[in-house]
Amino acid sequence: MDIDTLELTAEETAFREKVRSFYAEHLTPPLRRAAELTSWTFAEFEYGRQWQKILYKAGWGAPHWPVEYGGAGFTPRQRLIWELETARARPPEVMRMGRDYAAPCIMRFGTDEQKQFFLPKIIAGEDWWAQGYSEPGAGSDLASLKLSAVSDGDEYLLNGSKIWTTFAQHANRIFMLARTANMEKKQQGITFLLVDMNSPGIEVRPIINIAGEHEFNEIFFTDVRVPKSRRLGQEHEGWAVARYLLLFEHGAGIARSAAELKRRAGWVREIASLEQDGCGGALLDDPDFSRKLGLLEIGVEAADFAADQVIIAAAAGSAPGFEAELLNIRCRELDQSLTELAMEAIGYYAAPDQREARFVEPRTDAIGPPHVLTPTPIFFAQRGATIAGGTPDIHRNNLARHLLD
Amino acid sequence: MRYAWTEEQTLLRGALERLFAERFSFPDRSKQPNQYVAQAAWRELAQLGVLGLPFEEQFGGSEGGALDTALVMEALGRGLVPAPYIPSIVIGGGFLRYAGPSALKAELIPRLIAGDLHLALAFTEAQSRFNPANVATSAVRRGDRYILSGQKIVAYNAPIAGFLFVTARTGGAHTDLDGVSLFLVSVDAAGLEVRSYETADEYSAADIRLNGVEVAVGHLIGEEGKAIDLIERVLDEAIVAACAEAVGAMAALNARCVEHVRTRVAFGQTLSKFQALRHRIVDMHVAYEQAGALTLKAALSLSAAPAHRARIVSACKAQVCQEAAFVGKAAVQLHGAIGVTDELDVGRYFKRIMLFQHVFGGADYHLRRFLALSR
Repeated sequence: MDIDTLELTAEETAFREKVRSFYAEHLTPPLRRAAELTSWTFAEFEYGRQWQKILYKAGWGAPHWPVEYGGAGFTPRQRLIWELETARARPPEVMRMGRDYAAPCIMRFGTDEQKQFFLPKIIAGEDWWAQGYSEPGAGSDLASLKLSAVSDGDEYLLNGSKIWTTFAQHANRIFMLARTANMEKKQQGITFLLVDMNSPGIEVRPIINIAGEHEFNEIFFTDVRVPKSRRLGQEHEGWAVARYLLLFEHGAGIARSAAELKRRAGWVREIASLEQDGCGGALLDDPDFSRKLGLLEIGVEAADFAADQVIIAAAAGSAPGFEAELLNIRCRELDQSLTELAMEAIGYYAAPDQREARFVEPRTDAIGPPHVLTPTPIFFAQRGATIAGGTPDIHRNNLARHLLD
Repeated sequence: MRYAWTEEQTLLRGALERLFAERFSFPDRSKQPNQYVAQAAWRELAQLGVLGLPFEEQFGGSEGGALDTALVMEALGRGLVPAPYIPSIVIGGGFLRYAGPSALKAELIPRLIAGDLHLALAFTEAQSRFNPANVATSAVRRGDRYILSGQKIVAYNAPIAGFLFVTARTGGAHTDLDGVSLFLVSVDAAGLEVRSYETADEYSAADIRLNGVEVAVGHLIGEEGKAIDLIERVLDEAIVAACAEAVGAMAALNARCVEHVRTRVAFGQTLSKFQALRHRIVDMHVAYEQAGALTLKAALSLSAAPAHRARIVSACKAQVCQEAAFVGKAAVQLHGAIGVTDELDVGRYFKRIMLFQHVFGGADYHLRRFLALSR
């Protein structure tokens, strides 16, 4: 949706101006650059951290939280305006696992002590959470996870490993799923734990992603002791917490990916306007290229409108459902096609390995004009978009069950 | 690639495959810098006589043909070996063979075959996209020298080359076919600035600035202003070599994927039991067969008349680009998260395949060239 097509009341216009001037004042060039350089999910950590602290100071550290925990108390319309203005301003993407995933679960399943201890540190940008879900033998089939938590007095003893933990190198805490029992169904006997990353026995191994960035990690747990007071929800019943969390993970995905798609399409168009066709014209005027771009732009228009309907329905209190999952498949595929087209547009300049130039403070000078710096790593990193959060094959199986069985 | 290879060719394919598997396979390979791997591979290729394959016997070569080059490139692609065979041997060697003055040939070819010399082609410019006749770099004759001025981008292998083949305009307008000349330029020439870097497909390349570089008349390759036919011919050979490399990478990815889906368990069964994935594996093999067939057909057409040769070569590039991209994306997807890391070779094959898309022209460019020559 485009904010300029919304009919705003005088109050809403004032609110929009307030949000706009906040972004205009606080989004400094380094913070903007951090957003532009983001090839996968999150901006360079230090800039995401700075941004969360700025948001917190303004009272917008977690606008969607209930007011009692520091939420902004937006009306649904204000929430929409906030989201649209945020997409337009493009702040750095904050490492969101604490604020957007762990926090709602702590609010729903946590004890008063847990709420009082964790939530203020999350919203203030003091605590940073990693997500300990996947294991070497449990990816899309998450419930087959094996990391064991053995009860020992008022502690659990953890052994095993987690993998693909995005930005765990920056996290001081991790929420994770561990097996406390082998029961009849594999979804039973799983327990949800809130663990300090500095616990003795935790070792983090970096995994460099295909774009050359330190995105993922493997985390090894060897006799790690976790107090039972750090359990979220009931013992053996962590799957319920995990499912609740997935609602937020996937729900957030739609709003974000539709906004991101529009921006991405504009980005490809801009790149193509800066490139030449080799025969004296602009690449954007090349009939083969512009046809491919046009078809994708039409797909983006459709997905964007459909996503708005899902978001509006969600704001009224319904969980994202079947249609969101359908839409999600198409959004991810469109985004991958757009990133591929961006790389195609820059031709030979797709080749230089520029990982050292892609920091907010670059470690080497960039090769070529500015617009060729990011298409290649963004294309490669975004291949993960159809892997993280379940492959399209898994989602198609779910949807086929819904449609056919 | 399926073909009635001769006994000698079969032996060479086997030898290369064993060598690359023993010396340069993952995960050990991932711990070594690309340039180290490239150098080690180059020494091995020199010892096997592979660097001399296309050259005349009088210089120490073995006068092999396009199929020999294709089988070497297929093996390099399958082994993911970043050896710069295309810029040094296929392109650099090709220019020398077809148009090199005899003194230069006698001086340079034996060094190439011994593995002591690398070559590179600097022909792409910021505005040229895939059109080799789009040349803004100028060459002005002054006495017994030419003065070259301009800029080139992404010249593969230039960082380690002793000489660069540089295209420059001696006449005609910006994109005219006439007026393009080819020069052999020493990397030590005054006024030559080389900005080197590694590429995402594990080779090296450079952006080059020529600030009034002086080149002796004797280093003009071919006729002044008439180099475009020579360039097209050698680029067509390079395209087939690059396609063979991509086909080798596709073969390796298909093998990795078959192994992976047979062993990886999810939801209580191996991935190989899921029909959607079974079909995808089959489609990947169909793509490989198509790409391999067109590559061999194109290799056999390289000695044909230019228009016929160019038409088949462009058909090949247009198709192999698409088939290879399909296989690469599917292979990453089938492997899940480990496919989008730098740790497994699958991601590296994928990067090579995706950058191959652009090299010597993308699918759209070659589809149009094919259509133009089909009229």
